[in-house]
Amino acid sequence: MANMTMIEAIQSAHDSAMDRDERVVVFGEDVGFFGGVFRCTAGLQEKYGSTRCFDAPISELGIVGAAIGMAAYGLRPCIEIQFADYVYPAYDQIVSEAARLRHRSAGDFTCPLVIRMPVGGGIFGGQTHSQSPEAIFTHVSGLKTVMPSSPYDAKGLLCAAIEDPDPVIFLEPKRLYNGPFDGHHEKPVVPWRNHEAGEVPTDYYVEPLGQARVRRAGNDVTILAYGTMVYVAQAACDETGIDAEVIDLRSLLPLDIDTITESVKKTGRCVIVHEATLTGGYGGELAALVQENCFYHLEVPIQRITGWDTPYPHAQEWDYFPGPARVGRALQKAMES
Amino acid sequence: MSKAQRLSLHVPAPKVRPGDTPDFSGVEIPKAGEVRRPDVAADPRDIRDLAFSVIRVLSRDGEALGPWAGTLTHDELIEGLKHMLTLRIFDARMLMAQRQGKTSFFMQCLGEEAVACAFQRALHKGDMNFPTYRQAGLLITQEYPLVSMMNQIYSNEADPIRGRQLPIMYSAKDYGFFSISGNLTTQFSQAVGWAMASAISRDTKIAVGWVGDGSTSENDFHAAMVFASTYQAPVVLNIVNNQWAISTFQGMAKGGSATFAARGHGFGLPSLRVDGNDFLAVHAVAKWAAERARRNLGPTLIEYVTYRAGGHSTSDDPAAYRPKEESDEWPLGDPILRLKEHLIKEGAWSEQRHAQTEAEIEDDVMSAQKEAEAIGTLNSGNAPSPRDMFEGVYAEMPPHLIKQRQEAGY
Ligand SMILES: Cc1ncc(C[n+]2csc(CCOP(=O)(O)OP(=O)(O)O)c2C)c(N)n1
Ligand SMILES: [Mg+2]
Repeated sequence: MANMTMIEAIQSAHDSAMDRDERVVVFGEDVGFFGGVFRCTAGLQEKYGSTRCFDAPISELGIVGAAIGMAAYGLRPCIEIQFADYVYPAYDQIVSEAARLRHRSAGDFTCPLVIRMPVGGGIFGGQTHSQSPEAIFTHVSGLKTVMPSSPYDAKGLLCAAIEDPDPVIFLEPKRLYNGPFDGHHEKPVVPWRNHEAGEVPTDYYVEPLGQARVRRAGNDVTILAYGTMVYVAQAACDETGIDAEVIDLRSLLPLDIDTITESVKKTGRCVIVHEATLTGGYGGELAALVQENCFYHLEVPIQRITGWDTPYPHAQEWDYFPGPARVGRALQKAMES
Repeated sequence: MSKAQRLSLHVPAPKVRPGDTPDFSGVEIPKAGEVRRPDVAADPRDIRDLAFSVIRVLSRDGEALGPWAGTLTHDELIEGLKHMLTLRIFDARMLMAQRQGKTSFFMQCLGEEAVACAFQRALHKGDMNFPTYRQAGLLITQEYPLVSMMNQIYSNEADPIRGRQLPIMYSAKDYGFFSISGNLTTQFSQAVGWAMASAISRDTKIAVGWVGDGSTSENDFHAAMVFASTYQAPVVLNIVNNQWAISTFQGMAKGGSATFAARGHGFGLPSLRVDGNDFLAVHAVAKWAAERARRNLGPTLIEYVTYRAGGHSTSDDPAAYRPKEESDEWPLGDPILRLKEHLIKEGAWSEQRHAQTEAEIEDDVMSAQKEAEAIGTLNSGNAPSPRDMFEGVYAEMPPHLIKQRQEAGY
């Protein structure tokens, strides 16, 4: 065990996976010598050589397209898109190619590929360093979509993603890289070293994809969250004193519907929280599933607390970000009725 | 049967890294005045050599030499010098302001001021630039108010784009400056489309696309070139090769191509390579290409050879990936010093006037900064209203956004 930030845990996942499996190759913009703009691949080039960890030309399309070719050959590429906001040039390769290769060739070719990218706001990054595009991936059949919220989960889930036989979109909430940010931007962030989820095994381990984690047990209302919103939701519980159960989905697809159903049947109330925009967002899918599975147990309408349906602003970052106050109001509303 | 050869992957790497001695021996620099100046109407096939050389006007001794010299008067050059100085002083102050926490982020143009400042002088009112984040010189050369730039950087109440974008992502239509996108290279093809629109409309305006060396790898770069080539659009396509793309050296984007300019040959574009730190050469080449576009002779690709003397942005420390002294060793020198020396040599300028001008500009920039800061800085509380966040997503606000705005309390 060692104390790690989420960045160090992700670096350690690469390291462990590359160490045990020669087929794992890592590349992307600035990931080689420099070790990535967030340092998630630091030291890998030095340790494994420049044909297993290397810089790429600035072409997201090229990075993903080349990785698909490598995966089809039999390697296990784990590639970095510098910010999720820059993944769009690669969208065709992801949707039309990576996601469909197994199906359209009836298993003749497969695509065991991991595409990592930092997501989310809270760093004054404006509209090109803040987006949460998970819904454009969960909408695509053939892709798995994962978002860890702690160093421990980041390493275990990334190792599992690299082992997975299918393409996995691995979304890293950059606001959590250095600590469990709960939306209180006016306070200094608590570093991971003071948090139990900052304790990470140095050896290889996997956290299976498709299992949610109950972050806070409770009886009154179920909060479905992932990424940064897990801590925002917990802060909202503490601040309102409402005994909510906070479920960290961790993997959006495959989704752990059993844990969700069990909780909502117990509480009869459900609040969904994500940072991404509302309309067409993943919260809509969750709301539909809860309705289908728990309709006769629901006592109040399901609420969604999300980013507004606008581009992510620069100056008004904290008016955009769905912080603990907004989540807290939703909890109170759920309890009123 | 012969034994098959085992393959190996080629991964380019720069010659030197931190701790090594800078090495620019591979950068071939012809003497000033040596490269020919073809007729503006030249057939691209007859000028392929210009993609492999470096067009230079200013010699080591500050003389203006050769066929590309003489496009600007002394007064114009003095004005250009002042603009470059303004940009440099502006950058230094805004970099400091970011360090003081007055804004979130900043990017400077240090070392490559001549490129945008000289280029803009070849444009007319109504032409449109599609800039990257490193062409603030286009605005400064047109004397766009420094206060407005600072208001944008501070995302304050007077920010022309209402706090919606990161610092330095300006937009100024009246100044021929297209809204900057944070997504690299997207605007290269848009520049071509704007130029095509001018041609469709039988207008007289031209467009200019801008891209960095690293960003030429993006698919949009190639799409822009094929459209420019197919429709012979009245556009100038500029590649600013400042040797670095964050931590990645230019060899990663250039690959097996001899130069970035040579990329144009496959598309049949006239492709020129110019000393980007030579104000006179940049202007002469810009004028050549702009005239070509205006005379309906089609697009031109230009590579500016320069050096990013500062960090990529305020989030970057270049000491982690390149030798600290590399910037000082850059063989094409400093664009401001080179123009200053030339003007002094010509008897049109003096050390004393230079020092005095610098002091005046410092004052101007400082008073603009005071004015902007009186309106507000990022964290001083005088930001555009959160209500504004919901405006301008569409021409008319749809009902769901009105509802969300009300829910947000505005
Ligand atoms: C589509 C996209 N991918 C990646 C990035 C992140 N990024 C911002 S600047 C940059 C380097 C660009 O280098 P270059 O084109 O040489 O321009 P320079 O910064 O040197 O002016 C990168 C990778 C981005 N903004 N957009
Ligand atoms: Mg560059």
